[in-house]
Parts: sequence; C-alpha cells; structure tokens
Amino acid sequence: MSSTLPFWILNSARNSIATLQGGRRLYSRCASNRNKSRWRLFSQGPGALKSSAPCSGFALQKAYRHTSTEEDDFHLQLSPEQVNEVLRAGESAHKILDLVSGAPNSVLRFESNQLAANSPVEDRRGVASCLQTSGLMFGIFDGHGGHACAQAVSERLFYYVAVSLMSQQTLERMEGAMESMKPLMPILQWLKHPGDSIYKDVTSVHLDHLRVYWQELLDLHMEMGLNIKEALMYSFQRLDSDISLEVQAPLEDEMTRNLSLQVAFSGATACMAHVDGVHLHVANAGDCRAILGVQEDNGMWSCLPLTRDHNAWNQAELSRLKREHPESEDRTVIVDNRLLGVLMPCRAFGDVQLKWSKELQRSVLERGFDTEALNIYQFTPPHYHTPPYLTAEPEVTYHRLRPQDKFLVLASDGLWDVLDNEDVVRLVVEHLAEASRHKPDLAQRPANLGLMQSLLQQRRAQGLRAADQNAATRLIRHAIGSNEYGEMEPERLTAMLTLPEDLARMYRDDITVTVVYFNSDSIDAYYKGG
Amino acid sequence: MFSRLLSVARRQRTGRGWQNWSSGRSGAPAAEAHSVALPAQAQVVICGGGIMGTSVAYHLSKMGWKDIVLLEQGRLAAGSTRFCAGILSTARHLTIEQKMADYSNKLYQQLEQETGIQTGVQIYDRTSVLHVMVKKGQVTGVETDKGQIECQYFVNCAGQWAYELGLSNEEPVSIPLHACEHFYLLTRPLETPLQSNTPTVVDADGRIYIRNWQGGILSGGFEKNPKPIFTEGKNQLEIQNLQEDWDHFEPLLSSLLRRMPELETLEIMKLVNCPETFTPDMRCIMGESPAVQGYYVLVGMNSAGLSFAGGAGRYLAEWMVHGYPSESIWELDLKRFGALQSSRTFLRHRVMEVMPLLYDLKVPRWDFQTGRQLRTSPLYDRLDAQGARWMEKHGFERPKYFVPPDKDLLALEQSKTFYKPDWFDIVESEVKCCKEAVCVIDMSSFTKFEITSTGDQALEILQYLFSNDLDVPVGHIVHTGMLNEGGGYENDCSIARLSKRSFFMISPTDQQVHCWAWLKKHMPEDSNLLLEDVTWKYTALNLIGPRAVDVLSELSYAPMTPDHFPSLFCKEMSVGYANGIRVMSMTHTGEPGFMLYIPIEYALHVYNEVMSVGQKYGIRNAGYYALRSLRIEKFFAFWGQDLNTLTTPLECGRESRVKLDKGMDFIGRDALLQQKQNGVYKRLTMFILDDHDTDLDLWPWWGEPIYRNGQYAGKTTSSAYSYTLERHVCLGFVHNFSEDTGEEQVVTADFINRGEYEIDIAGHRFQAKAKLYPVTSLFTHKRRKDDVELSDLHGK
Repeated sequence: MSSTLPFWILNSARNSIATLQGGRRLYSRCASNRNKSRWRLFSQGPGALKSSAPCSGFALQKAYRHTSTEEDDFHLQLSPEQVNEVLRAGESAHKILDLVSGAPNSVLRFESNQLAANSPVEDRRGVASCLQTSGLMFGIFDGHGGHACAQAVSERLFYYVAVSLMSQQTLERMEGAMESMKPLMPILQWLKHPGDSIYKDVTSVHLDHLRVYWQELLDLHMEMGLNIKEALMYSFQRLDSDISLEVQAPLEDEMTRNLSLQVAFSGATACMAHVDGVHLHVANAGDCRAILGVQEDNGMWSCLPLTRDHNAWNQAELSRLKREHPESEDRTVIVDNRLLGVLMPCRAFGDVQLKWSKELQRSVLERGFDTEALNIYQFTPPHYHTPPYLTAEPEVTYHRLRPQDKFLVLASDGLWDVLDNEDVVRLVVEHLAEASRHKPDLAQRPANLGLMQSLLQQRRAQGLRAADQNAATRLIRHAIGSNEYGEMEPERLTAMLTLPEDLARMYRDDITVTVVYFNSDSIDAYYKGG
Repeated sequence: MFSRLLSVARRQRTGRGWQNWSSGRSGAPAAEAHSVALPAQAQVVICGGGIMGTSVAYHLSKMGWKDIVLLEQGRLAAGSTRFCAGILSTARHLTIEQKMADYSNKLYQQLEQETGIQTGVQIYDRTSVLHVMVKKGQVTGVETDKGQIECQYFVNCAGQWAYELGLSNEEPVSIPLHACEHFYLLTRPLETPLQSNTPTVVDADGRIYIRNWQGGILSGGFEKNPKPIFTEGKNQLEIQNLQEDWDHFEPLLSSLLRRMPELETLEIMKLVNCPETFTPDMRCIMGESPAVQGYYVLVGMNSAGLSFAGGAGRYLAEWMVHGYPSESIWELDLKRFGALQSSRTFLRHRVMEVMPLLYDLKVPRWDFQTGRQLRTSPLYDRLDAQGARWMEKHGFERPKYFVPPDKDLLALEQSKTFYKPDWFDIVESEVKCCKEAVCVIDMSSFTKFEITSTGDQALEILQYLFSNDLDVPVGHIVHTGMLNEGGGYENDCSIARLSKRSFFMISPTDQQVHCWAWLKKHMPEDSNLLLEDVTWKYTALNLIGPRAVDVLSELSYAPMTPDHFPSLFCKEMSVGYANGIRVMSMTHTGEPGFMLYIPIEYALHVYNEVMSVGQKYGIRNAGYYALRSLRIEKFFAFWGQDLNTLTTPLECGRESRVKLDKGMDFIGRDALLQQKQNGVYKRLTMFILDDHDTDLDLWPWWGEPIYRNGQYAGKTTSSAYSYTLERHVCLGFVHNFSEDTGEEQVVTADFINRGEYEIDIAGHRFQAKAKLYPVTSLFTHKRRKDDVELSDLHGK
C-alpha cells in the first residue's frame, strides 16, 4: 500500500502517521469547492488569484489524530521527511527496456510526478506505447471546470492516435475481429502510476465511436495509414467532436449520459508527444508546454521549445481569433487576457459553452439534466455571437532527434506559471549531475572506511541524500518552494504543502510534469546506421 | 554449524560452515537438488531450508520421526541464514530465550563431532510451497510448484515469507511478522589479520556489532530509522533492488569509526543487505496454528535466528512429537497473536519501532508507540480527556493511570527508568481512593466467552475442562484453572453460572486466541453446544472500594450489602436507565466492589451515571497500575506472568480451587493427585522487602534472583509497591535445590517458613520476608472461604 510511510519519529509517532495521512488527503478528498481560476465567472472580481501571496503566517491546519500522552497543543509542522513523502506520493518512473525490433529505443526512461492543488486534482497524465505500430506516447492533460474532460481525454486520445497510425491491413484485422466478436488485439500498453485514476478500458460506447472512426479511416483506403502529423491532427479533432456529439446523441444509460455531459461541459488542454526512433512529434492544444533540453558539443545547455502556448499572449493566436470572427468582435473576443473574458487558454477539448450555439446548448440542457448535481457551468458569456470560439485543433511540431537532445519536459501550466523554460532545463541538468554523483559506483568508491565515511558525511552535509530521485519531483519542489529570487525556502515549501485544501488552489495550480530522457547512443546509432 | 545440522539431517557431504563464507557461496553447501519427483506423501513437510527448518528437521529425526520432507524454494541455506552475520549471543531477555540460546550453543559445539548419522529427512530445493491443503481444520497436504505431497504435519519455517504463506491457505493462518533491510559491512583483512579468537563486540549505544571475518571485520547494526521491505509481499522489484545503501549505513559506519578509529584505513570489500524479520513484540513466533491442526510455525527471529535455532527447533519438535514442549513457551506462542495483529500497515509501522529497540535500553513497563488505538472501549475518549495514559494489550488500549490536570509527567524518553518512576504519586492517590472511597477502572479488554447448551452438555464439558467444581448454584462465580494433562495452567479464569445451561467466562486479555483454540480442540463436535466470543459486546467497569456499594445501590434502587449480594455473586440488574447489566461482586483485587459488564451501547450512560452519583462518595478514575499494586500486595497471582503451563494449582496454594476430592475427572487430575502425594517441587511465595529504599534503590520488576539462606532458590515473577504496607512486594517461585547435586527436592510449607530470604536487585541483595498467605490485615470486608486467593486476570 502506497500510503505507508518509511519514516519514524519516536516522540510523535502517532502524530506523524496521522499527519501524513492527513497530508495525503490533500490530494484525494472530494470537496465541493471548485477551482475557478481558469474559468472565471462574472460574479467574481477581476483580481487574479495567482498573484503572489504571502505563504507564511498561516495557522496551519491541525491534521493529526487525537492522542493523549502528548501535549495537545502540538502544531502541525511537516518534517523534511514528511515533505518528501508528500512530494513523492505522485511519483512514477519507468525504464524503457523493450528493444523495438532489435534496435535500442531512443527513449531511455521517463520520470513523472503530479502535485494537486485542486481537490480532486484536475490534471491528468498518460504514458503508453503503441502495440500495433511503433512509438511511445506521453501526454499531459490539464482540466478546468472539473476533471471529467481531462479524464476522458487522457483515457481516449491515445487510442485515437494509435488507430490513426494503423495500416489499412491492421485496421482490417481490427474490424474483422469486431465483426466476428473475437477479442480485439491490444492497442496500447499503459505505463501507469498506481495512484493515477483508473483508466477505464474503453467502454462500449467509446469503443463504438472509436470503431466508427477506424471504419472511416478504412474507407479512405490508405495503405500505410496516416502520417504522424495528420494522425495527431485528426485524433485531437475527432475526439473533441465525438465528445461533443456523444452528449447530443440520445443515450439510454443515465450514468453514461451524465458523464458525457460533464465531459462536454468541462474542458481540458492537452499536450502530447509521440516518439518513434528519432522522430519526435509534439501536438499541443492549450497552454501545457513541451521543451527539449539540448546539450551542445561545447557542453552548454540550451532549451528548445516545441510548443507555443495558446493564450492571449500569443500573437498568432490573437490573429487567428480575429481572422475567424467578424471584425465587430475584435475587441470582445479577448477580454482581460481571456477568451470572451472567460477562459485562459484559447484551444481546448470540451467546453461546449464556447463551441455550441446558444440554441444547441439550451436544447441539450433542457433534456432534464440536473446541472446543479452534475456541477455543470451553465452560462453564456457576453458577446457570444459567432461560435465556435474554441477549438481542439492542435499545433503539431516535428523534431528529428539529434544526439545532443537529452531530454523532453512536458508539463501543465502549473509549472510554467512559476518556472521559465531555462529554469526547468537548468533544474533537470542539475538533477542529472547529482544523480550521477549519487550513484554508488563500485569502481569509484572510496577504498577504505575513513574515506567512505568522510564522503558520506559530505553528502549528508550537502543535503544530497535528500535529493530527489525523480526530476519531476525536483521541478515541483522548486516550483512551489522557490521565492521570487528563485531560491529554495524550506519554510515556504512546507507552508505551501500544508495549505488547507480550500486555500491551496489560490496559491498554486495542479502541477503535472513528465521528463523523458533520450538515449543519445541509440540516436547516434540511427544516424550512423543510415 | 549450519552445514552440520544439515549433514546430520541428510548425510550430505560435510560442507563448509558459514565461518568460511568467503567463497560467497559456501553458506549453501550441502544439498544437491533432487531431480526426482517429490514423494506423494510424508508425515511432516517443512517449508524453508534455512537454519530454522533444518533445526526442526534435525530434532524431529533425532526424536525418531523418519518420514520428513524439507522443501526450499531457492537453494538450501539461502535467505537470511546465508547472509547471517554469524553471531550467537547467549545474553537474552527472557528466561525461555536464554534457555534456547544456551541449548543452541551446546548443540552447535556438539555438532562439530556429530556427523554422518543416517536419518529420514529428504531435502528438495528449488521447490516452492504454493499453499497448504486443509480439510476440516486439519492439514492434509501441501501444494507445491512441483506437485502435491500429502502430509499430517506442516511446518512453516519460511522466514520473511511466512506471513504470505500463512495467508495463502483457504483457512488463513495469521503469522504477524515483517522484514526490514539490514546492512553489514565486510572488509579486507587488517594488516595483521585478526585472529579467530577475537571477541565479538556489541556497542549498543553505537547500535553496532563487530566481529572478526577472515582477518578483517564484519560489522552491522540496528539503525534508528529502519527500512521496512516487502510490505506488499514478495516483490521481484524489491528483491532486485536490494542494493547497498551507503548513505543509510553512514550513522553505523560513523559509530564504528568512533569506537575503533584505527579501522579507518581498512579496505572495504562489500556492504551486504540482507533483510531480517521482526515481530510486533520482538519475540519469535512458534507453535501450532489455532485455526489449523497440524500446522506448525517457527519464524520471526528478530535477528537472533542463529542464537535461537537450536533450542527453538528442539522445542517445536517436542511440541509436535509429544503434544507440548518441555518448557513453557507462552511468551513465544503463535497464539499470543490473533488476526488483529496481521494488518500489513500495523506490521510495517510496528517493526520500524521494534528493530531499533534491539539495541535500546529495555526499561520495565515500556509501551510500544506504534500500532496503537486499534481496539478501544467506548469510553476511550472520555477517559483520555480526563488524563488517562494508556498501555496496550492484545491491541486493546487500557488506562495505566490518570494524570491530574495540574501534574506534569516526564517526557517519554526521560521517563525510562529502573528506579522509582514518575507515576508513583499518581498511582498512590488512586490506590488510596480505592481503599477509602471508590474508583472506577475500565477493564473492557478481558476475554469474555459464553458457553451454552440445550441440555447439560455445557456443564459436563466444563467440568472436564476446568479444575474447580462448576456445578454451583446459578448466580455464583467460580475461580478456576484450565489445566493441561500435566496439571499446569493453560488459563486461569473466572466463570459465572448464568443459568443451568449457560456460563460466562472471563479470561485474561491475551487469552482470546489461546483459550478459544483450547476449548475448540477439546469440545465435542456437538451442535447443541454453543461457544461464543462476546468480548466485543461488553464494556467492563470495575468499581473498587468501600463506597462502591453505595454508588451501586443508589443507581439501582437495590440493596447491595453483602447480605443481599454476597461476594462472588453475579446478577443481571439495572444501573441507571440501563437494564441487563451483569453485576458481579468481585474486583480482581480482593478489595470490596463490583465488576459491571455493560452491553456496549449502555457503556457511556452507565459510566456517566456512576461518575455523577459517585461524586459525593469521592469517586475517581483509576488505572491498571493501581489495580496491579492492589492485587500483588494481596498475593494474587496472574496467568501469563506468575502462572504458566508448567505451574500447577498445588504449587501456588490453590488446592481449594481444585475438585480433587469430588471424584470427578478433569484434565490434569491424575498429575495433581500424583503431585499431592509426592509433594511439590516449587512453591509460589510472596516476599516483602525489608531494607529497600523506594526512593533511592533500584526497584524490583521481575526476574530477580531469590536467595534462601544464601543459596539461589528461584526467581521473582512479578512485583509491585504496596502503598498499604509501604514496602515492595514480590511474587516468585521458591525451589529446593540440593546443595550437593543441584537436584530439585520437595518444597514444604515448613521449608519456606524456615528460610531467611534475600532478593537480588541488580547485584544488591535486600532482605525479604516470605509469606505463603497474604497479610490478613489488608482485608477489610466480609468474604467467602476461598476468597483469600482470588484469581486475578490482568496486570503486567
């Protein structure tokens, strides 16, 4: 069980156990308060909630079990070990071992982590390898107005991509299996974190829609399937359209119907990477971000952004919006740096409030949904004249991996709000340097006990012992624990982690990070091999 | 040594012992894999080819059992045994552990000579036991990855995998243990290699041990922050990741170099990580499963496997062959635990506390801090708010004493002492209140069984299982032992006759599993006989003191004086608004008062009523420490501490509680008759310390040697400070060892009375008065004849 904790403090053993469980509940407890920072409702003032706020001076929440033999006025104060426990709860890491067709994989391993601010968390992540074609997929999905849409996209998008990439022959085999009611060949292999929300295996309705999609692909009669860029483009848009259509279609089952409604009326931005050999494709819709860490021959590190944020600070997006809507709306499409004054990102899945006509919205909702119970935002923004205003169409970037491309960082905007690209590259590089120092290398090990002791004590003094094993954890630690000068403040970190859950969202956003390390040797081999 | 055990067991070539571990493999020398198929059946199947499994096999075969199969999933002597640091320490904490270690030590020396004896043990390695097959609560065989073996007996010596193996049965066997990573260091030889006679050094403050290894050193320790492992069961990932963790080892390395700075220049060879298994109370686990007959267990060595293997293997073999071991091993019995200690989370947290404790000072009355608040009375919060300090028994929280609001106690660490403890005054005032007014003690943790039948079966079977006469009028309470064939106490309890056909039985808290298993084993399969564990159904309040009678009559509108409600009487009545409260006129202390057995939903109501009515009589809460002082000063022996499976009623002056003269058969009768004729060889005696200064001298706790006329005569079993006598009181058994031969001789009352006694506390002898009967002036109330030595059920 992952909630058991490898620490032990005799004097406050009972407290500490309770404390950490309390701490973990920061993630998991379902509360009714909602995150409204991405979605802004009109009743709220315009003050940006993300403005820097003092983090010390909080009366920290008492979260320990009542016990007797110690003073009752014990105040919650997380120890460094407990801080680590909280930070590491969402960690996952995998080494990629399978050798694709004899050639070593260009991905060495990946490390991922997630820290919630919303309760429940609205970010999702996914890692899966395509079983019928080659390639690994990494995704970050940042939900807003609830987690339903992010959950659905994280469950379904990779299937759409995988199907898009299949050859005609494979699709025929799939269709044949479906027709003869035989078991379907596995499409994806997920690499999950145990704490990640269970990915429902494609439910029958979803599978039906996926099947309609591949039937249409079959009708295109393309021998080799779509190219990757097209596949990503179509998959995003197709899934968004399915999400939109599913709720309009009459569904028998109330559960599925309510869920479809929640999915369609909440939203999610998505950023995913597809790696196959040296071919790296990144598809992005919204304000998640992907960057490459590059080490030049002279040893200098630099950052290569692979996505552009789709928000009001992106001139191209502003132009696109102006182009897509009549001139009369030029001043109302973006208000307060938000789409129609409401939404921060200007591309996203779901959010049919910004995609459907008013009439369609009304007619769907009039079918007797209990919108209150389903936590559906039901409103029409002002100046809503020429929908759709929002699209899930991704921007796709292709990058041919070179030996100097060392790692890829995908993260939700919770990270990028506080760390810029260079910070992130620097932190991952530091992590790599420390990890290599951390590795007990038998060959370089001090020969005698005295030298070993002084080395160990040095490491302890430098706090290297507590160094994160996982680069994503390190990034999150710095994202929430650094002050305005970029220095780590342990008190700030502790305070940020002990925020009561209803306050947490005001000081930080959900943060999800995946760091993918490339195998320079095998990339080199690709080039040498031709 | 290990290979000797093996060679004896199987006449394999005499491999190299662990001493020559240098080859890195010789720990697993002896057996070659049987390539042939497993036998279809065997008498005994032992799972685990470590030192425990082989020791059991060795002793079984020595005792004449021939048809034994030993299965090992990997190679013989792999696992913890292979990596064992090879230290045999004969300084142990419990008498029984001491005996096991002494025997092991002798055995290993003897094995040096003893080789090549043909036995009937067959060893199969690379064979995994999948699960044990059970039919009607009896072992019928084992299912392995190489096929099935039918067997009568199964022995689980699977070390750190024993927990999982126990749970893999259809009828799960709870074996509470958990592994922690354990590190030790190996170095190259010193410039002048250490000699093989270099002593082993244990530096408990530094948490390390150091011994010679191949002219270099082997040094490991038990760190403060252990790393538990395999919480989720056998996990290949974790096994592969069992790497050296130098950072984790740093504090131990530093303490090694602080103690022996010269070792600084020693060349490192290896840091070995070999997980060790720990149990919730730091004692090993052995015995037969309460749920499955024929399923035996020997595991959980808390890093002392080598020290215990010989002795523990022998006791378990005796147990299997004779039905009982030659020593009382209750402290190590699997049945001291139940399923309630088998939560993975509990075990993981608890062993993190247990492992560092190995090298900590073990002070008396130490309470574990982890894995607490599992079983609680409905009054827990109320009592806690009033200052209760808690101890835990069998998972149940029990109040020790109540700290008054204005009083501060020492911090946990500082309260560790062998001298007068900081709670002395608090307990004194509670005791005083019990003597002069009235106190209430929550004693809900007791094991409570109900036995009913449609006809007279209940009485018949109880008469056979219990030594005292239970055919008493309805409403009477009988103190009685539950004896074994040897006349020794398997349990000591109070039984109330609720009706002609139904009995209510109160036993010590930790008897819940053992007593249940004993009754089940001896009760006929009679559907008309119903045995029910009602422990959880009742909250028990003990109203102790001369004013208890006033409180209760005021709450019940019933006269409660001894004339209306004689001692040792049980009646259902109303207390406050609550009806059906089982009121018993006994307090387990010899003080006047009542036990109230309250259906749990009424507990808070009755408690509140008692407290509010009791106010004018000076009522207050009290805890188990007060109770303990009260009962020991009145010479009430307690099962599990003073009494065990090898002590008989005659040896503790309880002949009046045995129906020897009634012509009725019961278990243990023959042994007692014999003993009555021959006389007893030890006698429980009460000692009152004379020249002991409570404030300045070390306190007696238990286990202090008793000297009679300057000769060693036995050990104390428990002790307490008597606030009434203003003296320490110790209980203990006096033996009569022949001065010439050391042989045990008959102990008579005269022998006891004619001696001059001293109790040795940490090397200082204190004069003591010996008494065979309690000090009568302590009793102030009217009582029945056999009330003089009431049974007692609790206390530590």
